[in-house]
Amino acid sequence: MSIEVRIPTILRPYTKDQKSVEAEGATLSAVITDLDANYAGLGERLLENGALRRFINVYVNDEDVRFLGGLDAQLKDGDSITILPAVAGG
Amino acid sequence: MTLEISQAFVDAILEQSRVEYPDECCGVILGPASSGKALRHKPMLNAAHSPTFYEFDPKDLLALYREADDNDEEIVVIYHSHTETEAYPSRTDIAYAGEPGAHYVLVSTRKEIAPATEFRSFRIVDGVVTEEPVTISG
Repeated sequence: MSIEVRIPTILRPYTKDQKSVEAEGATLSAVITDLDANYAGLGERLLENGALRRFINVYVNDEDVRFLGGLDAQLKDGDSITILPAVAGG
Repeated sequence: MTLEISQAFVDAILEQSRVEYPDECCGVILGPASSGKALRHKPMLNAAHSPTFYEFDPKDLLALYREADDNDEEIVVIYHSHTETEAYPSRTDIAYAGEPGAHYVLVSTRKEIAPATEFRSFRIVDGVVTEEPVTISG
């Protein structure tokens, strides 16, 4: 199961500046675990207390994972994940 | 690093901030990738519809990045308005700033300075705010 993960600029220091990396996993949660094993520290930038961070947006193909079951979102070979920090503030 | 921006964009952003008052307004200016040039203004919806918070809708955010990729563009400026406070990044602005390469522009429409307005630009990197000069061209 190979999933392409597109990494935003702010997280590229974790991926040696790669814009996109490959990961393995049948769920978003498994992919994040795999990412963190290969790119130490990345997991913590995506998760907080075991949940997706509120101001990190994750999409599977074109769909926000919040509508796909969040960390339980099911993935299939060839899916593409895009991570984008929210553009937000006060 | 100086932000160079056209008077037309400055006027458009200030106008948007007045139209959307009392909510904060927001948007971006794009330019060719790696150019740093602010050439294409794109107002965005404030999905928070709030006088004290702004957030791009997650769907709009993905579309924006896809569009920039397809056009070989980058996001050069991310702007929003403060309606009652000065045009300086708030604690939440700093906490959520996710584009270290962008100019973060803040405008203020607070009453104390009316009819004058503020238009200021900052870099926000790793929680550190650095104000930068703004050069406005005809």
